[in-house]
Amino acid sequence: MPEVREAIEAVFRREHGIIAAALVRAAGGDFDAAEDALSEAFELALVKWPEDGIPENPAAWLTTAARRRAIDRARRSKVLDRKLDSLREGLDPAGTDPEFPEQDGRLEDDRLRLIFTCCHPAIDMEARVALTLRTLGGLATSEVARAFLVPEPTLAQRLVRVKQKIRDAGIPYRIPPRELLPERLEGVLAVIYLIFNEGYSASAGDSHVRAELSSESIRLGEVLATLMPEEPEVLGLLALMLLHDARREARVGPSGELVLLEEQDRSRWDRAKIARGTTLLDRALALGEAPQGPYVVQAAIAALHDAASRPEETDWEEIAALYEALGQQVPSPVVALNHAVAVAMARGPRAGLERLALLEADGRLERYHLFHAARADLFRREGRSREAAAAYRAALALVENAAERRFLERRLEEMEATP
Amino acid sequence: MRYLLLIYGDEKVHASVPPAEMETVFAEYGRFTAELGASGRMLGGEPLTPTSTATSVRVRSGKTLVTDGPFAETKEQLGGFYMIEASDLDEAVKWAAKIPGARFGTIEVRPIWEIHKKGVTEAGRS
Repeated sequence: MPEVREAIEAVFRREHGIIAAALVRAAGGDFDAAEDALSEAFELALVKWPEDGIPENPAAWLTTAARRRAIDRARRSKVLDRKLDSLREGLDPAGTDPEFPEQDGRLEDDRLRLIFTCCHPAIDMEARVALTLRTLGGLATSEVARAFLVPEPTLAQRLVRVKQKIRDAGIPYRIPPRELLPERLEGVLAVIYLIFNEGYSASAGDSHVRAELSSESIRLGEVLATLMPEEPEVLGLLALMLLHDARREARVGPSGELVLLEEQDRSRWDRAKIARGTTLLDRALALGEAPQGPYVVQAAIAALHDAASRPEETDWEEIAALYEALGQQVPSPVVALNHAVAVAMARGPRAGLERLALLEADGRLERYHLFHAARADLFRREGRSREAAAAYRAALALVENAAERRFLERRLEEMEATP
Repeated sequence: MRYLLLIYGDEKVHASVPPAEMETVFAEYGRFTAELGASGRMLGGEPLTPTSTATSVRVRSGKTLVTDGPFAETKEQLGGFYMIEASDLDEAVKWAAKIPGARFGTIEVRPIWEIHKKGVTEAGRS
């Protein structure tokens, strides 16, 4: 019965984060025990559900079944009684029916615990991302491997090592105490945003898996926003992702080429996502204090782009001001580059080129193709086609993405055709 | 869990610190050690003499080879350690960040491999 299997797989995938969170806690922070128990419960569901039908609360069924497997295992391997007790907690000792009423508050705490543990700063960033996708997102190891273009055994190894580190280094399975929360939250948001960008940038790899990454990161953002509704940066990040994702359809042309913001068919933007993102942004702005955090500021920039029904209506002055504010919080040459472009759009290409000249002297963006592409574009707007062509060539020497390459080549041809 | 907090720093820089400043750092270490001791989390800890006093020993084919100098030439050298008891990595990191040397060098936090009492650490974590 393939359709039952599909239904079970869908449930498994959707509920993976919740179930895993409860199980890891019950197993005293042992990720492997939780994962083994969960896959055994999944196997059991494959046998039982086609006969008995899909239970009313599939997540509860799977959680309970998995816990029973974990208890059996723990018994067999004679681990400490304390661990057994924590696995048994809340289970009816005589019950054979795997129906388990989870307390809601507890479930939420479990998920937060899992997010914060997967994103602990003592774990290497790549491993954090892999573990988050695997455990919270329920992606298969092969899917995570494909998304990050690493061989599956390499990724599997990475996951083994990170779980060992969590266990042996004593990384606590808990929501960080108040005094650690701000810095820890930053780490969690960085992981989610990195997953989003991997999916959004479409630099390489399987496009289906990449779309999956973006929706997965938005889902994680939603979970975090539900769990921490008063944290402006949490809402800001979710708003930022939604406001960018709203343009997903419009930013890729019929043959897969990248379509620049100002050339996109704005009627194809997802209005519902923009509305939701804008509402979240407003709430974040109301909750936060000046200066607003970097995700809120970036969401505000995205919202201004989304609010313009035609490119000419974009409020570039405001966007330039926001990039300036962002640059003060996150001093980075890339932010300075975006600021220069916004200034050029607001006050003309010459003002932008002046700022880019400063950045050129700084030298850190010399190997960054978008720096040269931005310079080329401003020269083009100024009608300085020879300088524009040189800058396009510099960008082409550095660009990796095929769609971007085609775009730059097209512009270079235009410039070479212009006397 | 038990953790070893290894204090790494650049000996060349240490050697050039004026004596008055050195006094201040020693006093800070004194205060830190007192705080750690009072918390009941200190299991041990000592400063080490510079790597110029180090001797490396290897036994190859039954023969003991003794050479002058540390095991590895690195930018930062091991200059001392604390052994602490901590409930988890977060607590160990909290103590590590309070070691005065963390401001100049690096503290490496290493869990003790509890080979002989594995069960105890597992219980301690649940």
